[in-house]
Amino acid sequence: MNNPYMPYPVRIDDIEVATEDRSLKTFTFTFLNPEDEAAFDHKAGQFAMLSIPGKGEIPIGIASSPTEKGFVKFTVFRTGVVTTALHNMAVGDIMGIRGPMGNWYPWETLKGKNLVIIGGGFAFTTLRASIVYMLDPANRDNFGNIDVVYGARSPGMLLYREELFEWEKRDDINMHITVDGCDDPSWAYNVGFVPTIVEQKAPKADEDTFAIVCGPPIMIKFTQPALQSLGYGDNQIIMSLENRMKCGIGMCGRCNIGKELVCKDGPVFTLEDLNKTPREY
Amino acid sequence: MKVIKIDKNKWTKGLDTARESYQLFGPVKIKENHCFAPLKRDQQPDMTVVDTVLSPKSTVFPQTEKLMTATLDTSKPNHHLMERADTDYSPRAVIGIRPFDARAIDLVKLNFDTKDHRDPYWCDAHDATTFVGLAVNTPSQFDFSTSMDSGPFDEKGLDVLLVDMDTGYLAKILTPKGEAFMACAGFNREATAGDLQKMEELKKAAEQAITTQVETDNLREKSLLDLHQAPFWDDVAFSCINCGTCTFVCPTCWCFDIQDETKGNNTTRFRNWDSCMSPLFTLHGSGHNPRGEKTQRVRQRFMHKLKYFLDKYDQGTMCVGCGRCVKSCPVNIDIREVCNVMNAYEPQK
Repeated sequence: MNNPYMPYPVRIDDIEVATEDRSLKTFTFTFLNPEDEAAFDHKAGQFAMLSIPGKGEIPIGIASSPTEKGFVKFTVFRTGVVTTALHNMAVGDIMGIRGPMGNWYPWETLKGKNLVIIGGGFAFTTLRASIVYMLDPANRDNFGNIDVVYGARSPGMLLYREELFEWEKRDDINMHITVDGCDDPSWAYNVGFVPTIVEQKAPKADEDTFAIVCGPPIMIKFTQPALQSLGYGDNQIIMSLENRMKCGIGMCGRCNIGKELVCKDGPVFTLEDLNKTPREY
Repeated sequence: MKVIKIDKNKWTKGLDTARESYQLFGPVKIKENHCFAPLKRDQQPDMTVVDTVLSPKSTVFPQTEKLMTATLDTSKPNHHLMERADTDYSPRAVIGIRPFDARAIDLVKLNFDTKDHRDPYWCDAHDATTFVGLAVNTPSQFDFSTSMDSGPFDEKGLDVLLVDMDTGYLAKILTPKGEAFMACAGFNREATAGDLQKMEELKKAAEQAITTQVETDNLREKSLLDLHQAPFWDDVAFSCINCGTCTFVCPTCWCFDIQDETKGNNTTRFRNWDSCMSPLFTLHGSGHNPRGEKTQRVRQRFMHKLKYFLDKYDQGTMCVGCGRCVKSCPVNIDIREVCNVMNAYEPQK
């Protein structure tokens, strides 16, 4: 019988410090067994369990796009037992990954639509996967306009900085990078909180435009009225949630929001879906 | 459906024969209390105890269970590679499980055996187990199983239903697994029409002896959000001390935690029963807690059992009416009362 608790063995191939305060690192893994890589067939928006024998497991959004082959990538904030252990690991170390888990951004619904992607802080990982996926030459024609509002506390806290600035140069994606505050006079982008920039820069809603929002609770809370003032309906606001998890396959019982399980029925919900739940997240 | 008659003086010998092919579990006294445990050689199940302190859910879902092991010794070629723990899934039989507890295992199966994933540990244990139930002739004052789609003679989830006829047992064989167990134990004398009639009378008397009536008929139509926002939850939770006893004694509470334990270079990934009564259950790494308040946790337990589960599976509530939580709660929180309040609730418009 297939054992959903059994992680695929992986090797750490690269570790990159992602932010200036060193609290985030990006890990690139390769699968020890090629057949496991084929089995790990994910869609942008899904997550996986990073599994360190002797320490435990953590659910983390998959930061690499399905179009990037040969590796999987995760950006991890150091906060507890497992993430601290992971931050102390070295290239070449062996650990495990279980997944992919959960649902994904509704790519079938989003076909042919305009998208505004809104991210804050270190919740930009599955959004990065989504942008890379959409910008892939094989997929770009499947989407209309793409706008991205991404903010962090300071320039050095932005994830994937090199990619962000490359996307800035392209004409098939409208980037609105922002920081909460900045004393660097050469900073050429926005200054202000994400909800404010959304109100100023995001496109007005029409029936062919959808918003994907991923960020800390406070950002989500204040982005919602900004989107509503631009005319976005609850079914056009797509959010990715997180709750404490253990199994990741809908069995251990703790990540529920009413009868929905974030690990299995989520992590992606529309605001319309969430309005039907007791919102315990 | 075949019904077999077993003389009580042949019961022990039959069980001893079955032991050669099955590992037996049954109710036994451990210190002061009765619990379900593996029977030692020569140990007999106590067929008189109606409700053990803990339910027999541990026979398929141990309180602590090894999932996987690995070596951390980097000189070994398989270091840091998890392997499934070596667990014995040879045939086993749970003797004397009460019908409400078997019904509970049947409900919990909906969680562990799904179209997307099968939990191999729970399912392998369940597949290996024959449930030899024992009808409740004299229900306890806490029993309200007839209100919860079960009952003292309920057959759901059982392979054999035994009925204590004083001098002997009648054994109603319900599945091929049950038939195989009875054949293995050497029980094969067919019951008479008179026996069957007597069994029906006992069933009727037992069902009538349960006088507690809990109302569930409106729960399905009630709005989940109305119930969640109802004003009575603070009152329900007021006296709760979040000890979690209700969740541990409950036959349908299945929530679990996964933890790694390491000794030297050997590490084991365990799963343990967990409880939604603990704030740690839902605590985020950031410190945020979606159910940080006691009332939210108490509400979660009742809403899960009596509304979320019902809405999700449409197979009744996730309560079988065994009455253990009512009996064990140190502050007398009573699911029967909470269920009636939920069932009767009309939101103020």
